[in-house]
Amino acid sequence: MSSLILDQYNYAVVIILMMTGLYVVFASRNLIKKLVGLSVFQTSVFLLYITIGKVSGGQPPIVESHGTDHVNSETTLFASIGELESVVQSSSGVLYSNPLPHVLILTAIVVGVATLAIGLSLVVRVREVYGTIEEDKIEEYDRIYYKEIIERQ
Amino acid sequence: MSSMSLFPQWIFEQGPAFLIVLPLLMGAVTAILPNRSMAWWVTFFVTLICTYTAFGLFQHIYFDGFLLYTMGGWAPPHGISLIVDGLSAPILLLISVMAMLTVIYALPSSISEIEPKKRAPFYAAFLICFAGLMGMVITGDAFNVFVFLEVSSISTYVLVAMGAARDRRSLAAAYNYLIMGSIGATFFVIGLGFLFMETGTLNMAEMSAILSELNGGTRVSKVGYGFIIVGLGLKIAMFPLHTWLPRAYAYAPTKITIFLASTATKAAIYLLLRFTFTVFDPSFDYIAVMLKYLIMGAAIVGMVLASFQAIFQSDVRRVLAYSSVAQVGYILLGIGIATSSGLAAGYLHLLNHAIIKGCLFISVGAFWYRFGITRVSDFSGLFKTMPLTMGAFTLGGLSLVGVPFTAGFVSKVKLILAAAEQEMWWAVLVIVFSSVLAIVYIGRIIIVAYFGSPPKINGSTFIKNEAPFMMLFPMWVLGLMSIAIGVNAFGIGDGFVSASEIAASVLLGGRG
Repeated sequence: MSSLILDQYNYAVVIILMMTGLYVVFASRNLIKKLVGLSVFQTSVFLLYITIGKVSGGQPPIVESHGTDHVNSETTLFASIGELESVVQSSSGVLYSNPLPHVLILTAIVVGVATLAIGLSLVVRVREVYGTIEEDKIEEYDRIYYKEIIERQ
Repeated sequence: MSSMSLFPQWIFEQGPAFLIVLPLLMGAVTAILPNRSMAWWVTFFVTLICTYTAFGLFQHIYFDGFLLYTMGGWAPPHGISLIVDGLSAPILLLISVMAMLTVIYALPSSISEIEPKKRAPFYAAFLICFAGLMGMVITGDAFNVFVFLEVSSISTYVLVAMGAARDRRSLAAAYNYLIMGSIGATFFVIGLGFLFMETGTLNMAEMSAILSELNGGTRVSKVGYGFIIVGLGLKIAMFPLHTWLPRAYAYAPTKITIFLASTATKAAIYLLLRFTFTVFDPSFDYIAVMLKYLIMGAAIVGMVLASFQAIFQSDVRRVLAYSSVAQVGYILLGIGIATSSGLAAGYLHLLNHAIIKGCLFISVGAFWYRFGITRVSDFSGLFKTMPLTMGAFTLGGLSLVGVPFTAGFVSKVKLILAAAEQEMWWAVLVIVFSSVLAIVYIGRIIIVAYFGSPPKINGSTFIKNEAPFMMLFPMWVLGLMSIAIGVNAFGIGDGFVSASEIAASVLLGGRG
């Protein structure tokens, strides 16, 4: 059992981060703390993807030019992915890690940053309007505020 | 190819990419336009051109079969492909038509809802949200789905928060939606990660081929499906995950409510269909179990409980929001039955519900535009003060209940027949019971509007204060549309039914 965890400690880290983040989102009533939890939760997914991209014993996936027929100059343009693959396979004997998850995670990081930016700017607006960033107080203020409006009509 | 002469050839060659690229690009342009009314014109023309393109592609599907567009000429499975088939084409058309009608409605309503200097950014965010929804539906690459899902969601959070000029509670609603929506999208991307582990590809067609070769795959793909369904469930507002929806719908600017109610959840349901039936297969035992117990269970509970909640709301927009959760239950019930008639009924109800809810929310928006209030008691005597608006609301309301000769009746009958075919009599009972609840919550509003007395000035006269034409037009288009489906005028009803049957056949047997 312990060897299983040691062998796959990366997954353990992912799970711990994921659960921590999710717990913070649901347990805290402070708007900023919730966003922090959300960020931790999203970061754990980045780690998950990067973990699955690693091939044990794999090299960084960079095709070096060996002066072969396939790679003529530094600015080689591959006509198709198929041709690229044949080049990769031709430099045989070398095992590469999978580069795709890293690319995906670059996109996901951008998405995460955008979400966080929108979230924080919403919190700024909430602070301007309500003067607090505690959810309980916001709900209480709203209850009082809209009760008065209805009574006035 | 005779009917194709209406459309230039490039639509069939470049149309699929055009549908995403045009709104995305114009969104960026709109954001920096100095002239405010110019922003509206740009948005209107973009949605108009997209509707035209989507209609061209829709026609193409029925004459020449499905379209596969390879981005940049890179062939799948390595390149990113866009797919227009019998399943995605009707949804694309639905989203672009609803976007166009929403933009028409938005011109007068912006005057009272959005500050002048924020109008150009508002339309920019709207266009980006529209591009994201189109991208979600058209793409054939699973990771692309996540990206477009986030593009549309992030712009939706901004749009919902813009209701703050009218009602400050929209800020908290937008924040809440952001947290729930991000958790949903992250769950979805975790699920994709597991699927990628199992199959090593992100192309949906390739994933599907590998999964069926592995006969459903190992525990990894089961866990992946679990994450995907929870993530999409949050976006769909599947019953226990719907808590963000009523607040977001009630406090957003009225035009955003219209657009969200009729497109955003529908695009997410499309993704649920795509993943459950195309990427995975209902013949895998774990999918069958999920469909039978999780989706159908959530559907049944949602149909009853959300309808009850709708009855006890005092704000009309919240009544309609809870009713949306209940109606999602009908669609999910059809999906859960998973026979070709069940899927067709669910798909038809998806299209019909978008039209009905669009009509209802536009009427409520027009009422808000004139009087600035939307409580049920405020509807008193509305039939005398705003007869045309209330007429459209009545058409939509009857259709929501499922009165004969309306769209809601057609899809509910099909759903009941599909359930009866499988001898699920309890499901038939729940459908009827939930419709009775719909009579109560819609009837409550209509009775107040028809028999209540309008607010009087000087104790004798009341003001007749009809909504402007730009609002009446989209609401009557949708209201008459729902009647046209119900009585099958000009073959529109048959067209909808056959579109849903083709979609069901695509889901159950390869590409149609």
